[in-house]
Amino acid sequence: MSAHSTAIGVSSKRGTWGGGNEPLKASYGKLMMWFFLLSDIFTFAAFLISYLSIRLSYPAYNGPLDSFVGSNEYWPVPELVFEAVPFLHGFHAPLVFVGIMTFILISSSVTMVLAVEAGHRNDRNDVVKWMLWTMVGGITFLSCQAWEWNHFIHGTDTGSIMTYINSLSREVTETVFGANLVVNEYGPPAFAQLFFFITGFHGFHVTIGVVLLFLAFYQAAVGVYDRRGHYEMIEKIGLYWHFVDLVWVFVFTLFYLI
Amino acid sequence: MEIQDSKSTLQVIPRNNEKIKKIWKTAGILLAITVAEFVMAFTMERGLLLYALFIILTIWKAKYIMMEFMHLGDEVKPLFYSIIVPLIFLVWLLIALAKEGTDIFMMRW
Repeated sequence: MSAHSTAIGVSSKRGTWGGGNEPLKASYGKLMMWFFLLSDIFTFAAFLISYLSIRLSYPAYNGPLDSFVGSNEYWPVPELVFEAVPFLHGFHAPLVFVGIMTFILISSSVTMVLAVEAGHRNDRNDVVKWMLWTMVGGITFLSCQAWEWNHFIHGTDTGSIMTYINSLSREVTETVFGANLVVNEYGPPAFAQLFFFITGFHGFHVTIGVVLLFLAFYQAAVGVYDRRGHYEMIEKIGLYWHFVDLVWVFVFTLFYLI
Repeated sequence: MEIQDSKSTLQVIPRNNEKIKKIWKTAGILLAITVAEFVMAFTMERGLLLYALFIILTIWKAKYIMMEFMHLGDEVKPLFYSIIVPLIFLVWLLIALAKEGTDIFMMRW
């Protein structure tokens, strides 16, 4: 819905084919945002479906959960890999931190809808307020992800003993701590590789989202949209932000639950 | 898009509490599904049934985000279908590659 557009349908000056019309009754910007998101959905879908496929091609760990050790022979159990929480060293809290991250991102999506809704009503104060909250949510999420990556890269206190081919093409058996693109203490190399690429690509989208949110927040605050006569930019950035949330919902399911 | 007037203050329309209530209701549904997924992760046995349930619940969540938050349902039908129809093929890709993964597993081990 472009609530304040004046050029919906047929332009009286130029007719249907003369340009200046809005195909599909959506403004140019919104239409392009939708098609960009569609292509981005395909990129993420390729990543995530590959993850599922590679995961299913490895044996799953099916021993008792309390005696789980990481090995590149089988895929790890996610709730035993992602079980750390900041400031609580050594405390076993499976999926709690990632649950908090999910909650933060969904909440920021809600505040974003409220900003879009306020934009429809031309309510500058509400737009600024909700954009600010959305930004806070986005930055908090990114900080959480930075911690999560840090923990994933540095690993646990004990590490796991792995036999693998190192970067000098030699087979070695040693205690591995944390994760890199060659070897990781949790599972097969593909596990860490996919973790870095998928959550990294998503984090990159969130980072861009935060920059866009800031720009829109600033422009709303100084009254650019008031002068322009509509708050459609909030709507377009809102679409992008919800998409980031949408992708996270899938990342969460495929990475942390399955 | 043509800007009709360049006056700096637009008419502020008062809040419609119905709409805002609906947004919070959708948020509540999303949260409830996530909590349900969490509970299932710890109580149900791991396996194909659980994975399928997770994926179905996730697609259900995606539906709420796209229809309620991104207002895709409010767009005209051609736009709606030009977004949704290509995504149906992804469901096929998911099934095909899940099968492929299982087959590779059978050959390797």
